[in-house]
Amino acid sequence: MATVSLKKLVKRYDNLEIVHGIDLDVADREFIALVGPSGCGKSTTLRMIAGLEDISDGAIEIGGRTVNDLPPRARNISMVFQSYALYPHMTVRENMGFSLKIANEPKAEIERRVNEAAAILDLNHLLERRPSQLSGGQRQRVAMGRAIVRQPDVFLFDEPLSNLDAKLRTQMRTEIKKLHAKVQSTVIYVTHDQVEAMTLADRIVIMRDGHIEQVGTPDEVFRRPATRFVAGFIGSPPMNLQEATVDDGKLRFANGSSLPLPRQFQPNVAAGQKVVFGLRPDDLYPTGHGINSGDDADVHGAELPVSITEPLGNETLVFAEFDGHDWVSRMLNPKPLKTGDRIGMSFDLSQAHLFSAETGRTLRG
Amino acid sequence: MSATAREEILEQRSIRLPRLPAPVLLLMPAIVVLAAVVIVPLCLSLYSSFTPFRLTKPETFFVFIGLRNYANLLADWDFWAAFGRTVLLLTVALNLEMLLGLGLALMVEKATRGQRILRTLLMFPMMFSPILVGFQFKFMFNDNIGLVNNALQALGITGTAIPWLIEGHLAFIAILVAEIWSATAVFAILILAGLLAMPKEPLEAARVDGCTPWQTFRYVTWPFIMPFAYIAMTIRSLDVARAYDIVKIMTDGGPAKRTELLWTLISRTAYSDAKMGLANAMAYVSILLSILFTVYFFRKLAAARTQIGAEW
Repeated sequence: MATVSLKKLVKRYDNLEIVHGIDLDVADREFIALVGPSGCGKSTTLRMIAGLEDISDGAIEIGGRTVNDLPPRARNISMVFQSYALYPHMTVRENMGFSLKIANEPKAEIERRVNEAAAILDLNHLLERRPSQLSGGQRQRVAMGRAIVRQPDVFLFDEPLSNLDAKLRTQMRTEIKKLHAKVQSTVIYVTHDQVEAMTLADRIVIMRDGHIEQVGTPDEVFRRPATRFVAGFIGSPPMNLQEATVDDGKLRFANGSSLPLPRQFQPNVAAGQKVVFGLRPDDLYPTGHGINSGDDADVHGAELPVSITEPLGNETLVFAEFDGHDWVSRMLNPKPLKTGDRIGMSFDLSQAHLFSAETGRTLRG
Repeated sequence: MSATAREEILEQRSIRLPRLPAPVLLLMPAIVVLAAVVIVPLCLSLYSSFTPFRLTKPETFFVFIGLRNYANLLADWDFWAAFGRTVLLLTVALNLEMLLGLGLALMVEKATRGQRILRTLLMFPMMFSPILVGFQFKFMFNDNIGLVNNALQALGITGTAIPWLIEGHLAFIAILVAEIWSATAVFAILILAGLLAMPKEPLEAARVDGCTPWQTFRYVTWPFIMPFAYIAMTIRSLDVARAYDIVKIMTDGGPAKRTELLWTLISRTAYSDAKMGLANAMAYVSILLSILFTVYFFRKLAAARTQIGAEW
C-alpha cells in the first residue's frame, strides 16, 4: 500500500497544454475521486499515474518513489478500464491470473489468489467462461478481480461504471465501496458522475480545464464549495446561482429583486461589488415544507409564483420564479401545487453562498 | 367472349401445359447459366478423366477406361514429385509471407504519419500481373546480366556467376522469392486490418498487468490477429496451389523438371502431350489438395474466431 503524490504535473500534446501543473497528495489507503466534466484532464491525469501517458513536466511519486520514467509494469498499480479491457481470448480465470502468470508466480499461488478474488467478487461459477459470454456487470467484476489479484500498491479506476445501466451502476457502486473496505488499498477513481464521487470517496478532487478547483471531503465540497464551478457541479439538483450586486446591505439582482445580504458574508464584501449568489434547493423551500438549518433570523420569506413542479414521491421539486429566473426548491412533505400558484418561499440565508463574480472564488472568510 | 368462356379456355390450356411452380421458374435463368458454365464442363471433365481422351484423337473421348488414369497417376513419380514440390512451395511461401507480412503490418501500424501512403505502397506488388513479375525476376536472376548476380559480385560476396535459374534448388528459391515478393502484401494488408480493428484497451491493460512489449504481442495482439492471418493463409493457399504463371515464365518447370509444379505439369500433359484425359485426372487430384488446405485453414480460422469471441 502506498501514497501517491503529484507534483506540478503537466501534460502537453504538441503545444496544447491540457493539464496545468496540478499538485495532489493521496494518503495511504485513501479513496480519492477525480471528478469533473469531460475534457477536464481527469482521465489524462490517471493515465499519467498509470504510466500509459508520458509526463510533460512535473513528477509523480508512488510510495515515495519517483516513477516518471518507469513503465506501467514497474509501478505496481492495477487499473480498471471503462470498457473493461478484458482479454477476449482468455477465460475469466486466465484473465484474472494473467498478471501473475507474466510475473512467473507458481501455479498453486496463482490458483489460490484467483480463487480468493473470485470469492470476494462472487465470480466462482464464471471462472471457465470467456468475456463474450458475460453480462456487462459480470465483465466489470472480472476487471476488478483482475486488479485485485495483483495486490497492487494503488488501484486506478477509469470511469468503471459508465458503461453500465443505472440500476447496475448503483449496485456496483456499493460493491466497490465494500471492496475498498476489504482490500484496504489506495484508490484513485475517475468519474464524471458526482454521485459516484460523493458516495465512494474519502476525498474528492474536482477538476476543470486541467486545473484542480477544490480538494475536500464530500461534506466539504458540498457545504463549502471553494468556487462557483464546484458549487454548480456538486449536488443534484444543482445549486441555484444568480449574479447580484451588493447594495446597501442587500443583494440586488438584475431585474431589480433583492435579498438581504447573508450575515456571514457581510464583513467580506464591499458596496457595489459584483457577486454570484448561490442557494441549494434544500435551503430554498416552500414555507413549512423544509428544514431550517440555522437561525430563524436568517430565513427570508417571499411569495413567488410556481412555474413547474416535478413530483418525486417523497418530495417535489418546485421551480418558482424569482427575479425573472426559475429557482429550484425542494419541497418535503409535498402537497399538490399547480403552475401559477403563488406560494410563500423561505430562503435559508445562513446556508447561502457568495462567490466573486470576477474570479468565481468563494467570498467566505 | 364471355368471362366464363375465357376462364374455361385458360383452364384447358393449363391442363395441356402444366406450369412449373413459380420459384423454379424464377430460378430457371440462373440454373441454365450455371449449368452451361459450371455444371456441364465439370461433369465433362470428370468424365474425361475416366477416358484416354487425347485432343488429337477426338474419338478417344468415348472410350471408357475406368480408373486407369488414376491408377497410372499413383505410380507416376513425376506427378508425385510435382505434387510434393507444390506442397513444399506452399508451406515455405505461406510461412515466410506470413512472417514478413506480419512484420510489415506491425511496422506500418506504428507509423504515426503517412500510414495511408505506406498502405498504398504495400499494395504495389499486387498490382502487377504475375506474368510480368515472372519476367522481371527472370531478368533479375539471370546469371549473366541479372541484377542479383551483379549486386553480389559488385559487393564482393561472390566472384562467380551463380546459376540461379539453371541449378534446380536455386531455381526453386528464385521462384519462391518472386512468389513472396508478389504476395506478402496480402498478409500485410489483412493483418494490418486486424491490427487497426483491434481494441486498444486490452493492450493498455496488458502493459499495466506487467507485460513487456514482446509479451503483449505474444499473449494479446497475436491471438487477436490470428484469424486475419488465417484468412490470408486460406486465400494464399488456393493461390499457391494453382501457381503456374510465374513458374511458367521463370523456368517453365525446368531445369530438367526440377521446378515442375502441379499445374505446369498438368498444362504440359494436357496441351503439349495432348493427353487431356490424364491431365483432368491430375487436376482432380490437385483440387483435392486445395480443398484439404482450405478445410484445414477454415477450421483453424473458426477456432481462432471463437477464441477471441469475434462477433463477425
